[in-house]
Amino acid sequence: MEKDNSPEAADIKNRAKCAPSQGGTVCSCRAEKSEPVQLKQVTPEIVQHKRWITGTVRTPMGVIYAVSTEITKQEIFEHLMCRISGFRKSYMVTPGLYAAGNPDSQSHVVVTANYKLSFDKVRESLADENVWILVLDTKGINVWCAAGKGTFGTAELINRIIMTQLTSIAGHREIILPQLGAPGVSAHQVKQATGFQVLYGPVYAGDLKDYFKSGCVASKSMRKVRFSMIDRLILTPMEIIPAMGIFAVFTVIIFLYFGLSLSGINFADAFKGAFPFIVLCFTAILSGALITPVLLPVIPFKSFAVKGWLAGIFMVWVSKQLFSWLNTPAPELTFLTYLMFPMISSYVALQFTGSTTFTGMSGVKKELKYAVPLYIITAIMSIAVLVLYKANQWRLL
Amino acid sequence: MRYLSNVSTLEFYSGKCTGCGMCVNVCPHEVFEIREGQAVIIERNRCMECGACVTNCAFGALSVARGVGCAAALINSMIRGGEPTCDCTTESSGCC
Repeated sequence: MEKDNSPEAADIKNRAKCAPSQGGTVCSCRAEKSEPVQLKQVTPEIVQHKRWITGTVRTPMGVIYAVSTEITKQEIFEHLMCRISGFRKSYMVTPGLYAAGNPDSQSHVVVTANYKLSFDKVRESLADENVWILVLDTKGINVWCAAGKGTFGTAELINRIIMTQLTSIAGHREIILPQLGAPGVSAHQVKQATGFQVLYGPVYAGDLKDYFKSGCVASKSMRKVRFSMIDRLILTPMEIIPAMGIFAVFTVIIFLYFGLSLSGINFADAFKGAFPFIVLCFTAILSGALITPVLLPVIPFKSFAVKGWLAGIFMVWVSKQLFSWLNTPAPELTFLTYLMFPMISSYVALQFTGSTTFTGMSGVKKELKYAVPLYIITAIMSIAVLVLYKANQWRLL
Repeated sequence: MRYLSNVSTLEFYSGKCTGCGMCVNVCPHEVFEIREGQAVIIERNRCMECGACVTNCAFGALSVARGVGCAAALINSMIRGGEPTCDCTTESSGCC
């Protein structure tokens, strides 16, 4: 959606093709260095299309887009969409160099990902500052995830420094990276290849101003990842929405199960029998995808599977106490609700390991080693109970 | 918040450490500290195996089996084979 086909962008791209190592007599942009640079005008079309571009800044290597440090209402809405839907997959900016304020050769250079939400957080934190923003091509993924994949990585950073001719734009040789980019970037290799010293800045863009003030020294608190209840709550829609797939499949199966009689499907029986199960399944999914993440430190045990199971069994029990119509007369079905739904909650809660800031692969592997067999056994037992119940109902036994 | 104990694959080779402090700078969970000119692992159980310290240690004093701490990615790799990757472009999971 942010694909840039404007003449200005093409101009910047053409200039970028000319690496600084090329000979001065051959390279046309080197010759331009001594001549006054023709400042490009930002046309109303660009401003209309990308309101965050406010103008251009002149550099020895050509003109660079200047960006606003304010976030519009529309962008706040777009950020919300990123949190609740697949909208985030196409929320990108064109990689390259941008200017916040009116930076010069001595201004700081901060690096970020081309996920527009990440980029917006950075520019929002740079109000009244004169800073260069170097955007890496991370395929629209945030810094930490992209660093894990390697797209926010050493090769891309070196490549982007060369493409944007940063060596000629910045008079110094320091480049500030978000600390969470460190899993992907090898600072000593970047220094070797480009001469730029990587400084790992704060984890959060909001601390950038204080980081500049402190002479580019990240304090202990700036280096620590936080994971507050609000942080966790923000992540839950993307847990709940995918889990609704399980809910939809479960609803159809359980409806057909209760409706199935020897003479065909009986809709009245289907609805009566399935309704408590559908409500309890929804409760189990919310226990795993919402309650467990939000109350993560409060729920006992470190294992996410155990936390989810505990939240699930508690919520099933509470729901049954509050609403008597959730109780089924058959004891085998009551047993089934306590067998199946806490396990669904456990499975859903385990998925949240992918969204946390502190779970490692070895730990998740250990959890899966005992959790997956338990899920399979539970599924088999649940099916067995359902088959036996139906067989008993049909007087086949 | 802590995850499971005694699972991290983080290894430290003190003979190679120069005490430059890069591991302290990049670790998001305060696993390291510099004491008497050398890095020390002060809390191994906080390590999430992100690999930031290993990637940024110019002296090869650290190693870790890095990977995604994501159940969806690991279950997918069990079913389909291959390395567990947090591929947000194809997955429905909200990992990123």
